[in-house]
Amino acid sequence: MGCGRIGAELAHLLDAEGHKVTVIDVDSDSFDELPPDFSGMAFLGDATDEEILRKAGMEQADAFVALTRDDERNAMAAQIAKQIFNVPRVLCRIYDPLREDFYSGLGLEAISPTKVFVRLLKERLGE
Amino acid sequence: MYVIVVGGGEVGYYLCTQLLGEGHEVVVIEKDAKMCEHIEEELGDICLHGDASEITILNKAGITRADMVIAVTGEDEDNLAACQVAKQKFKVPRVIARINTSRNEKIFAKLGVERTVDAVGLISEHIKAETMLFPLTRLFSIRDRGLEVVLVRVGRNSPAVGKPIGELSLPLGSVISLVISQGEESEIPTADVVLKEGNQLICLVPTENIGSLQAIFKES
Repeated sequence: MGCGRIGAELAHLLDAEGHKVTVIDVDSDSFDELPPDFSGMAFLGDATDEEILRKAGMEQADAFVALTRDDERNAMAAQIAKQIFNVPRVLCRIYDPLREDFYSGLGLEAISPTKVFVRLLKERLGE
Repeated sequence: MYVIVVGGGEVGYYLCTQLLGEGHEVVVIEKDAKMCEHIEEELGDICLHGDASEITILNKAGITRADMVIAVTGEDEDNLAACQVAKQKFKVPRVIARINTSRNEKIFAKLGVERTVDAVGLISEHIKAETMLFPLTRLFSIRDRGLEVVLVRVGRNSPAVGKPIGELSLPLGSVISLVISQGEESEIPTADVVLKEGNQLICLVPTENIGSLQAIFKES
């Protein structure tokens, strides 16, 4: 969910490894980010909508990753994936480090790019 | 009571004026700076500018002593996030979320936010009632009791036409509270009141029995 640079790149890599990938985004222009040889599916729609997720094949999904720019949307979609569709592996991007802790407490695999990047910068500076 | 309102749009603003009028302490958290300014000008220093699922702004709002959080933005995901944080992290005793998509009611409940108000659903049902074109409209739900107040029209040739109320086999737990006849006084019915086509009934009915109630008054 979310076909920005990161979403598109992740979809591309998984697709190249032979996984079956579906990308969902509310903006059809975002699919331009996908490489021309992408063999997965691009699905136009709102991934906080249970019906859209069902149509996109969520019931068969082994993993779901929420990568929009909006923490709340990612958190809601990820919880629907986990609690309603029982997707085995659910990851979501949560920019706000404090909220990352909260959603991890709810059982989501939340990743804060802010925290990760800060850690990386700090490591580099320490070298 | 100390109430935190999330979202200072039309609904949030109106709610704030009402709560303030009742003497409650209110803080509204609004993402849009311009709207914040407007609220401050009209209602005084009660608005915080920011994102209500961010822990820092909730702390600033004094959430640990809040009695209630009401999330009424136009975005369901924002309302869900604010209510989940308020309820699960800060143990706010009562959280209420507006939902703008009816099917999210079940999702919210599953994710721990049971008190929801379905904005679009409510307005649509009330408009349906005004059109008088629908056999049944839901007016109000008493969710913690599993009951609904509905408006039913007695349809042409329906099984109920010409029968006294006492002879109807109403579904379990339902009551006809008021009979509204055109051009006549409405009445709180007794068992011997005979129903006519076009009568409108205000009924109290358990949610799961709405279908069987409707069947009794359905046009045939």
